[in-house]
Amino acid sequence: MEIVLSAAIGVLAASGIWLVLRPRTFQVVIGLCLLSYAVNIFIFSMGRLTIGKPAIMPKGGWVNAAEYADPLPQALVLTAIVISFATTALFLVVMMVSKGLTGTDHVDGSEPDRNSEGK
Amino acid sequence: MIEQNLILILVLLPFIGALAAATLPVNAHGAAAWVSGLSLAGGLVILVTLYPQISEDEVVRSLVRWLPILSINLNFRMDGFAWMFTFIVLSIGLLVVVYARFYLSKTDPVPRFYSFLMAFTGAMVGMLLSGNILMLVVFWELTSIMSFLLIGYWHQAQAARDGARMSLIVTAGGGVALTVGMLVLGQIVGGYDIDLVLRSGAVIREHPLYPVVLVLVLIGAFTKSAQFPFHFWLPGAMAAPTPVSAYLHSATMVKMGVFLLIRFQPALGGTDLWFWLVCGIGMLTFTMGAVIALFRHDIKGLLAYSTISHLGLITALAGMGSEAAIIAAIFHICNHAAFKASLFMTAGIIDHETGTRDLRKLSGLRKALPVTFILATIASAAMAGVPLLNGFLSKEMFLTETMATHGGGLLNRALPWIAAFGSVFSVAYALRFVMEVFFGPEAQDLPSKHVHEPIHWMRLPVELLVILCVAVGIMPWLADPILNIAGRAVLGPEMHDAHVALWHGFNMPLMISLFALAAGAALWVTFSARINAGPEGPPLLYRIRAQKIYEWLLLRLTWVWPRGLHRLFGTERLQPQLRLVIVLGIIAAAVAVWGGLKASETRLTNDLNPAFAVMWLIGGACAIGAAWQAKYHRFAAMVLLGGAGLITCVTFAWFSAPDLAVTQLVVEIVTTVLLLLGLRWLPKRREEIVGDDLLPAKIRRGRDLIIAVIGGAGLAGLAYVVMTRPLIPNIGDWFLRNAYYEGGGTNTVNVILVDFRAFDTFGEITVLAIVGLTVYALLRRFRPGSESIGAPEQQQGYAADQLGDFMLIPSVIMRWMFPVTLVVAAYFFFRGHDLPGGGFSAGVTVAIGLLLQYLASNVRWIEARITILPIRWMGLGLLIAAATGIGAWLFGYPFLTAHARYLDLPLIGKVPMATAMAFDLGVFLAVVGATVLLLIAIAHQSLRAARLRELEEEKAVEKAQKQKEAV
Repeated sequence: MEIVLSAAIGVLAASGIWLVLRPRTFQVVIGLCLLSYAVNIFIFSMGRLTIGKPAIMPKGGWVNAAEYADPLPQALVLTAIVISFATTALFLVVMMVSKGLTGTDHVDGSEPDRNSEGK
Repeated sequence: MIEQNLILILVLLPFIGALAAATLPVNAHGAAAWVSGLSLAGGLVILVTLYPQISEDEVVRSLVRWLPILSINLNFRMDGFAWMFTFIVLSIGLLVVVYARFYLSKTDPVPRFYSFLMAFTGAMVGMLLSGNILMLVVFWELTSIMSFLLIGYWHQAQAARDGARMSLIVTAGGGVALTVGMLVLGQIVGGYDIDLVLRSGAVIREHPLYPVVLVLVLIGAFTKSAQFPFHFWLPGAMAAPTPVSAYLHSATMVKMGVFLLIRFQPALGGTDLWFWLVCGIGMLTFTMGAVIALFRHDIKGLLAYSTISHLGLITALAGMGSEAAIIAAIFHICNHAAFKASLFMTAGIIDHETGTRDLRKLSGLRKALPVTFILATIASAAMAGVPLLNGFLSKEMFLTETMATHGGGLLNRALPWIAAFGSVFSVAYALRFVMEVFFGPEAQDLPSKHVHEPIHWMRLPVELLVILCVAVGIMPWLADPILNIAGRAVLGPEMHDAHVALWHGFNMPLMISLFALAAGAALWVTFSARINAGPEGPPLLYRIRAQKIYEWLLLRLTWVWPRGLHRLFGTERLQPQLRLVIVLGIIAAAVAVWGGLKASETRLTNDLNPAFAVMWLIGGACAIGAAWQAKYHRFAAMVLLGGAGLITCVTFAWFSAPDLAVTQLVVEIVTTVLLLLGLRWLPKRREEIVGDDLLPAKIRRGRDLIIAVIGGAGLAGLAYVVMTRPLIPNIGDWFLRNAYYEGGGTNTVNVILVDFRAFDTFGEITVLAIVGLTVYALLRRFRPGSESIGAPEQQQGYAADQLGDFMLIPSVIMRWMFPVTLVVAAYFFFRGHDLPGGGFSAGVTVAIGLLLQYLASNVRWIEARITILPIRWMGLGLLIAAATGIGAWLFGYPFLTAHARYLDLPLIGKVPMATAMAFDLGVFLAVVGATVLLLIAIAHQSLRAARLRELEEEKAVEKAQKQKEAV
């Protein structure tokens, strides 16, 4: 399982990085989303992979911590999901407004010079 | 105890006066002056009450505990020296307030003036009474800021703005050096208490860092006291109103530097380095200031350089450091304050009555201004050191000290000669001031025609100061008690009693004084005509002006060089910046894990489930497909992104993270809708135009692909190595064991979020609220591009009134789903503490429910039926979360301490009731508000576009009509 999940993280991250470096705003938004999936799974995987042991306790009694998934990375990722949602929304709106103001969806706010920069 | 409070009141009184003055109406001349004057007079009364204790060499202290853990307290102490200085500050302040009341014109906004002046006084008193060297630095910088504001009082004038900025940069810059110096000093002696520092002189002088501390402290003192080479800001500061110049830039603030030197002389002084630096720079400034003053044509310029010269004299005395020299320095501080403040006020009267300050234009005013003439002459004579006036006494003491031996060899032998040379020029410029202004033929071309004496109140402060000059000059024993109290405070109780005497017999100092008087007079008589014809400054030297150098440097440092660097290394384009960030990130990660990244010996693995592998095969394909299609096929890319997101969600569920799975799912839905709404406003991309097949574009893509693959592979490798390593016991175990006992919930992840780490969550919902507001604000002014205004393809061909039924069946289904969604949200919310769910997922679920309505039906139809006030929801949520946190204070616990218990409710049974529940409610409300605000703001854009469309149609119709009429 570990090897599949690390490969998945790698593919998501590579696609995300490639898109973040692209010149159009929509590409960058999609890239940020993919990158945030990659990073969220990465952080989550730092608590190791456990199957069928969610961190839900019995009421009372002694708790054997090894019986449960590590809750800390989960709590961190929960926060990260929310924040990446907020940044995606913000960037999307900046993208819309920038398009309205500059008339282009290029990340620099102006179309590149056709002769030298043919992106 | 009473004294303690008196000291505190003494420091606070001017600040209270400042606040009171600031709230007065703009034209309240009298009231503002009264408020300021009374607060200063109150301070003087306190000083007088404290005199009995001070005269017995008691140190009055006041301690307000502030941050005892860091041993930072508001710590004030008043000894004789501080008492004397505070007395000067308050009494001259009072005189200046009286003077300013009649000096400022009717149109000046006076409350601002008095409130700055009072705040300055407060800062100054605070500096003088600080019992802690860091507090001293804070008040020190505060005076720089107040001085900046006061110099720039007439901010309409360029000169005022430049002068203010220059003084701020120089003095505040010196303050920074002083801060560092004081920090190092505190490290050396092991504390920041002034008494401790003053006791540790031997330790400090032995320490290897002594030269560093000394130089830093001296930079602070020299910038403030306008010593060479930092003197140039003081003439620039003369753009301030004259009362300010009289107060700050002659009598009080510029004396802070010498105050510091004298105060710390026992701790830092007594070495050769101290003597050479302090005495050397002091003597240099003394002569240079005197020489330049003679050549200035502006009265205030002359007085400014004269002030620089006298400050140099005091600095030189502090540098000599002997008992008599320190007494002389203290005495000269008082004398200079008296005669220089009166001279500045006289200059202000002359300016006020004649309209000019140019010595070449002024002439023969002794008939028009007879009283002012007498006052100015006496004050100038005191400045020049004429016998029977106070200036003579302290100058005599200074000359005596230059004869004495202080070490330092060459400099020590040169002292009397330098002193004599400077004194000659002091006499010459004082003479020039009096002769040019009051003697000679009556001036004809003055800006103001009818020159007459000012109102008596304006002259009164000058009269009082001049009387003081004469009284001390004739009866020097009057000064003895104060000098002895102040001297003992600095030098210690074993100091010999000082006696100021008028007559010491025909000795060398008297000879030098008489020589200086004669030579100075001769100098002026010989060269007066040539000085008047010459430039504003000494011959040759006037070309080298420190101010020019400063301006050249300022321009280079703040404009030319930064721009150059920016041109060299900067780019405004986003892509190279992001590329740099990512490459640096990869390098940083590589450096951090290099060498330490080995697979562990005991592998921790789960057996591979083929279904999982197939699932991620699809997920990976989705990710790559999204990356590939995002440019030309946005919709396809979005669908693929959603696919990758769903598989991520399933992965969370697979590996025992139900909370994450739920949250990821709802967020995924909202993100998709958001992107769908935004997609509408992007321009069409046409493949045939863009030169994507050209070689440079291919190279660029190839390079980015390599970066992406390296980054992805690196992250994958890192993840694999860590994942296969056994887990070391960590803080997660503590959370697991204590979630139920401490947090009262069984869902550990939720308990961490709303209880153990609730502060993080509080920050997080605040961020969400800020994003919501930002989006709302950004979109209020949004104008869609012209190509996006037209009706979407699917809506074309329908009449506007038919659009309501556009998606009839989906909209009916979604309307029916709305209550169901709300129930699901409530379910998520209430089980949150014990089972997967919680405020966040519940909030987003409600938002989805509302959103579906917007999606399926006409926006106007929806808004006619439900009123949603997202900003209020958001605000209420934040308030509830904050109130829950603050509630803990009531029970004496830190912010956001939670309390949990189970309640037995009839019918329902045991119900967990934790304050964390209320916090979760806050999270829920804030999330609903922020998410709905975001989505509605974007959704409303289509309404706006429709309105624009209608407007354009109307315009087209009008145009057509006009054309018809024209035909």
